[in-house]
Amino acid sequence: MTTVAASPHTGHAHHDDRSFVSKYIFSTDHKIIGIQFLFLSLFFLLVGGILAMQIRWQLGFPGKPMPGGGILPQTMAPGGVILPEYYLQLVTMHGTFMVFFAIMLLLVGVYANFIIPLKLGAHDMAFPRINMASFWSAFVSGILMLSSLFVADGAPRAGWTMYVPLSARHDYSGVGFGQELWSISIIFFGLSSVLGSLNYITTVINNRAPGMTWFRMPLSVWALFITAVLGLLAVPVLAGAAIMLLFEQVLGTHFFDPSAGGQVLLWQHLFWFFGHPEVYILILPAMGLVSELIANGSRKPIFGYHSMVFAIVGIAFLSWIVWGHHMFVSGMNPTLGSSFMVTTLLIAVPTAIKVFNWLSTMWRGNLRFHTPMLHAIGFVTMFTIGGLSGIFMAATPLDMFIHDTYFIVAHIHYVLFGGSLFAIFGSIVFWFPKMFGRMMNEAWGKVHFWLTFIFFNTTFFPMHMIGMAGHMRRLYDPTIYEFLRPVQPLNVFISVNAFLLFAVQIIFFVNFWWSLFKGEKASQNPWEDNGLEWTLPNPAPHGNWETPPTVYRGPYEFSAPGVTEDYLPQNRKLPTDREPALSPAGH
Amino acid sequence: MDPPFPAERGVDVYNKKLGMWVFLASEVMFFAALIGSYVILRFGAPGEWAKPGVVLNIKITAFNTFLLICSSVSMVKAYAAVSDGDIGKMRFWLLMTILGGACFVGIQVFEYIHLVERGFVPAGVREGSELAEMVAKGELPGATMGLYGSTFFTMTGFHGFHVTCGVISMLFLYLTKALPGKYTQQDHAGIEVVGLYWHFVDLVWIILFTIVYLI
Amino acid sequence: MNWWLPPQASNFAPRIDGMFTAILIITAIPFFLVEIGVIWFVFKYRGRPGQKGHYTHGNTRLEMIWTAIPAVTMVALGLISNSFWVQIKGRNSVPADAYPVGVHAKQFEWWVTLPGPDGKLGRTVDSLISKANPTGLDTTDADAKDDIVIRNQLHLPAGRPIVAYLTAEDVIHSFYVPEFRVRQDIVPGLHIKAWFVATVPGKYEIGCSQLCGLGHYKMRAQVTVHTQADFDAWAKEHAPQPQAGGE
Repeated sequence: MTTVAASPHTGHAHHDDRSFVSKYIFSTDHKIIGIQFLFLSLFFLLVGGILAMQIRWQLGFPGKPMPGGGILPQTMAPGGVILPEYYLQLVTMHGTFMVFFAIMLLLVGVYANFIIPLKLGAHDMAFPRINMASFWSAFVSGILMLSSLFVADGAPRAGWTMYVPLSARHDYSGVGFGQELWSISIIFFGLSSVLGSLNYITTVINNRAPGMTWFRMPLSVWALFITAVLGLLAVPVLAGAAIMLLFEQVLGTHFFDPSAGGQVLLWQHLFWFFGHPEVYILILPAMGLVSELIANGSRKPIFGYHSMVFAIVGIAFLSWIVWGHHMFVSGMNPTLGSSFMVTTLLIAVPTAIKVFNWLSTMWRGNLRFHTPMLHAIGFVTMFTIGGLSGIFMAATPLDMFIHDTYFIVAHIHYVLFGGSLFAIFGSIVFWFPKMFGRMMNEAWGKVHFWLTFIFFNTTFFPMHMIGMAGHMRRLYDPTIYEFLRPVQPLNVFISVNAFLLFAVQIIFFVNFWWSLFKGEKASQNPWEDNGLEWTLPNPAPHGNWETPPTVYRGPYEFSAPGVTEDYLPQNRKLPTDREPALSPAGH
Repeated sequence: MDPPFPAERGVDVYNKKLGMWVFLASEVMFFAALIGSYVILRFGAPGEWAKPGVVLNIKITAFNTFLLICSSVSMVKAYAAVSDGDIGKMRFWLLMTILGGACFVGIQVFEYIHLVERGFVPAGVREGSELAEMVAKGELPGATMGLYGSTFFTMTGFHGFHVTCGVISMLFLYLTKALPGKYTQQDHAGIEVVGLYWHFVDLVWIILFTIVYLI
Repeated sequence: MNWWLPPQASNFAPRIDGMFTAILIITAIPFFLVEIGVIWFVFKYRGRPGQKGHYTHGNTRLEMIWTAIPAVTMVALGLISNSFWVQIKGRNSVPADAYPVGVHAKQFEWWVTLPGPDGKLGRTVDSLISKANPTGLDTTDADAKDDIVIRNQLHLPAGRPIVAYLTAEDVIHSFYVPEFRVRQDIVPGLHIKAWFVATVPGKYEIGCSQLCGLGHYKMRAQVTVHTQADFDAWAKEHAPQPQAGGE
């Protein structure tokens, strides 16, 4: 093995004479980059929510002028009445912003960056400058995507899934340059994602503190590591597809043009080959984070740690061979409908294993119901519903009926909101002291959780029902159809509850911003957690540790015998602990 | 940054090199998407594909392929030189690699210009061009020329883009590290890592040359 | 308001609804297990100061049980569902005597072709598509002469297999009738078949079920399922007039 001298450390805990710009703007510190992602992604979460409110207005009250709609341009909403031109932009961009710029950035951009080096006992990521490039690439991507709403003819209108030929031809969709902006934005996003992934993967493989063996890594790190592998391999396929779509629009290529021998379904295969691993990118980190919150809240080791790891790996592996379940009625060869059905049903198994293990972690625990734990329990209960509804659509003959209905929309939101977003809320509260040195207000945190939980269910559960009635997706005015008029009252009910759900998020935003400046100052380990990050001051200093900590045990030694406290950090040395065996000359 | 001493054992590959391998895995997927689409479109095409050599110039491209392979050899020689401590030789061979890569791109651009002049564009065959006449005479299959143009320019164009990025990176390292003597026998990760990228780009080209030009 | 699935009006509907109910029951078991488990644990194991949790890292036998049971259930569900899928979409699934119907989708309307007394659909050619000939019917084809071409209306005889030949002119559309439980995307460049038996006479709607542009929400057609006698009468009434001056 070639010996290569280590590059000079970029700073220790005490000497930090960087300028304001290099400390907070063009920072290479993984913690600052994580916080930058946090602000960027929370902004896009808000944008996605505002778009959703307008969608729900139109669905609940089709053709009625929207309060505040007067500020919209006449070409999109004359007199505040949403036009189909605008409605289709709303549904497309709601999906696009939420999937890529809210959830992906919140789970991966924030937590992979913030948590991985801290929980592994590392100074920083393997490639701090590439990390910074990853953030700014995502930033540029977000600006480009946002700008598509403001160009002539507005943002894309083909749904976040961008099926061709609708998305490829301006004369079919009515969209102008906004469509090209989507493709270009996605290419920048892909770059950001790949740069991030290669950092996370290299850091987890090579930068673990002494004693931090693979099976002593916290499940959040496992999940983020496997997610990074998924992203590394799936996102480039989306980039390739986006390039082909861009060329179709701009250079007149014929990849998807049947009149010149192209194949329409090629887009769907490429998109979903990316798209299915993508949805596991959107849930696996949430599952990892939830494991941290549940173990901490239950004061017990995670039940079945090894099974949990194998389940993460199993889900990731299977995620590559299920993509056709998005295409059961697409016109693809029906034999594929059989094979993809089997693989899709199988992926329910490792997912179920995880839910049973979380439940068993709570069993005989000494439960603490702090805000993060509430959100984690919310995750388990709501994700269970979302996951089980997936089984209905996995069965191909039944999917023939369910596909492109609100049953799918219900499923999506139970796993992404009931699942991922609850995990995100809980994680923001949990790691807030580590990021900012202060606590978020616990009482308001609980109020926010309960109101969100209630209105989330009243908004999205009825979507199963209207889906069962046959309500299609992306419909500007459902009342055109006689068979949908009987369920229109449910649409109104859903919309009203959606408005309430959105309004309640104000509590979270106010709590977040207020606590940044006025929150109670945090003690070093306010949650009495075992993670290595809690052995550092709050907020954690630049460079994290002067010398890496030594790890003596696994990450979930709560309520361990032999110590008085009900937690036992990974690096606390007990008389019975031995020093770990080290690889020669470190490297 | 490389992990401080001591660290838990990872794979016995230092960070920069591991990072490049991981990055190359993503590049494999990117090219797989483009090349895979080409294979699907070609095998599902509604008619015959243009015969090799009719549109594209195999002779010049064969030379270009040879040039790129030679530049991979010179890259290996540069790495071997610095591993032996011969900085002068490393500078020479690195420069040869840069020149080889730059010539490859130059010849590629020349070929593109010539193709466009003859009427071959990403959308297929341009009306009223030399190639359009060949289609009219039945020397080229009109039904598949659109796909041919789309796939050819996308695959080779992105490959060319990757070669260009490689040339620029090597030039940057040459000017900022190799010339001022910052690479030593002990410390020359940049050479090894950019070399890995360069060999990958070469490998992709060999595949492309075979399935796009020769078959 | 109907809180359950729409009324059943095709041969596939009962079995599809049966699958829905079966899966509902199968998923209800883990649903109640988990949700009631959570609520129970939340009360029973709420934290008390000075206490500790039960220190255990897991139970391998339990892991194997709760891996095996879902795995076996899922595989069984897959095998059972597959036999049904093959019936709907398999290579030889379309009955030989199925009544052919042409469904040509374009932004934003449905053009239906009925085969007329000869029971055969005439050939269509893309290059013949025009405002006067929306489906591109090739009138030189003998089978085409008695074809009935109508806009946004699908008329079907009840009680016999129908095979819809689905074509799209511009973007992807999707043929969907909720009461039939039938849905099939229609893809430009592909010729796709969907077969079913409309079992209950009545009026239904086709809803386009794949976003196809601005008019997607109103790309609707009226479906009328007649008894065979009524259908014959209707078809006779709407038969195309013979061309003046012969072919």
